Amino acid sequence: MAAIRVEGLQKLYGPVRALDGLDLTVEPGTVFGFLGPNGAGKTTTIRILVGLAHASEGRAWVTGTEITTDGHEVARRIGYLPEEPAFYPWMTPREFLDHVGRVFELSTHERAARVNELLDLVGLADVGKRRIGGFSRGMRQRLGLAQALINRPEVLFLDEAVSALDPAGRKEVLELIERLRGQCTVFMSTHILADVERVCGTIGIIARGRLVTQAPREALLAKYAIPAFEVETESGFEAPLNGWAEVLRQKSWVQSVSIDGLTGRIIVHEIETAKRELLPSAVQAGLVLTRYEMLRPSLEEVFLRLVGEGRKT
Amino acid sequence: MIFLASLRKELLEQWRTYRLLAVGVILVVFGLLSPLIAKYTPEIIKLIPNGEALSHLIPTPKAMDAVTQYIKNIGQFGVILALLLTMGAVAQEKEKGTAAMMLVKPLPRVTFLVAKFTALALMFAVTIAIAGAACYYYTWLLFGALDAPHWLALNGLMLVYVLVYVALTLFCSVVTKSQAAAGGLALGLLFILGLTGSIPGLGEYLPGQLLAWGGGLMAGQGEAFWPALWVSVGIIVVALMGARFIFERQEL
Repeated sequence: MAAIRVEGLQKLYGPVRALDGLDLTVEPGTVFGFLGPNGAGKTTTIRILVGLAHASEGRAWVTGTEITTDGHEVARRIGYLPEEPAFYPWMTPREFLDHVGRVFELSTHERAARVNELLDLVGLADVGKRRIGGFSRGMRQRLGLAQALINRPEVLFLDEAVSALDPAGRKEVLELIERLRGQCTVFMSTHILADVERVCGTIGIIARGRLVTQAPREALLAKYAIPAFEVETESGFEAPLNGWAEVLRQKSWVQSVSIDGLTGRIIVHEIETAKRELLPSAVQAGLVLTRYEMLRPSLEEVFLRLVGEGRKT
Repeated sequence: MIFLASLRKELLEQWRTYRLLAVGVILVVFGLLSPLIAKYTPEIIKLIPNGEALSHLIPTPKAMDAVTQYIKNIGQFGVILALLLTMGAVAQEKEKGTAAMMLVKPLPRVTFLVAKFTALALMFAVTIAIAGAACYYYTWLLFGALDAPHWLALNGLMLVYVLVYVALTLFCSVVTKSQAAAGGLALGLLFILGLTGSIPGLGEYLPGQLLAWGGGLMAGQGEAFWPALWVSVGIIVVALMGARFIFERQEL
């Protein structure tokens, strides 16, 4: 059973089509990165899945329960952290978590234990008795994560949960998310690709309300890999490098060669042939190499390429 | 259980944000002042220039003057406080995002609303009870004992009267997106109720008649205005049901 299943989800805001037939499946236990440019429909999707907004068309299931038929049951099994979590400023973090625990009908003993455990987990144990009104954004975000975990959710929705944090705060929260891998399904929307590359095992890319692609991170990177190599020579080898480039351009398995100072970039048609022949050919040309690398595309390149295609359609 | 959790939060909020204290102080002060004003108005008038002549025109104050003053004060300030304290109840939580934070959890929206209304009702019940006791005590000191069962009935009717405005303002707080808009809308409804109440033949069926009924009881008049009570309860129920109907369908 999928942790999240979405079929033909549509959301209209007047003439604006925020979601345009979104289909999506998220397997249990994964950390799913939901990527997309601003206005792509990420937040709208999450708001529908957690029950804050209604879909215009389509169906969605969370932990096997259809959200429109039994939203209350779904609410028991999920956790949600919005981009800017809001709290009652007159409460302390301990009181807020206790209040959330009461709403989830946890027993007194369980609630007390869980509150202590979560305050420790998010590093707020020392300020457990201070009023939330005086908290920094990072502290609020960490408290937001704690409240989202109080019921040990099967699915945790994080909507741009780390985007607004400073690098140190982001690192802390991402480490917390990494620790959740295998314990629950994490559905994390963001536009920060480095965060996704760091923690997400599976990636879905959304553009203009539609899913452009969805795949495990490595498979996605491999699928959109550019068959290219880069070499760098020592200073003084510019002439042999240019000569080698001319030789390579004659080869049938080479698509193009470009030289930039001491660096040569070779794009090939046949990657296996290139792996076999490129290095011996460089040695034969008398080059002294300081770097030889098969290029791996960054998620950013894949994202821009796919979102670019999404925009054209 | 969830209702109690929600009610606990509302009551704690009233305490921590000093709302309970503020309402209590305002209503108790008016409860205490009502018999004092009634008793000493002729004395105060004597102190102003040519006041001696005027004071002869004023009849000797009686306990009923204190009661009339009390009804007027608590009726007016009760409604003002009902508007001020209820207009942000839901609208502010929607505006700030706390409603969205809490309502993605297994907290039914109807429970969220009913807990708010119950907390406000309890706050007004407690503060009107204290204000009533204070007024009763001072009236007893200055004029003599009042009819206690009728005094209880009067305060009960005043509570229902204030709760009509709590329920209507809560409805406004649900349908609008900001507490200012909720306050404006509630004020509009207050004027409409006030205007319709002044239409001959119609007023006796509206909440305003509850105060007249209470005053009549204290004056020893036996006339009851049950339709006004049923209409008031009806307005409360319809406002709450309407608020629930709209809130259940709202996107947060």
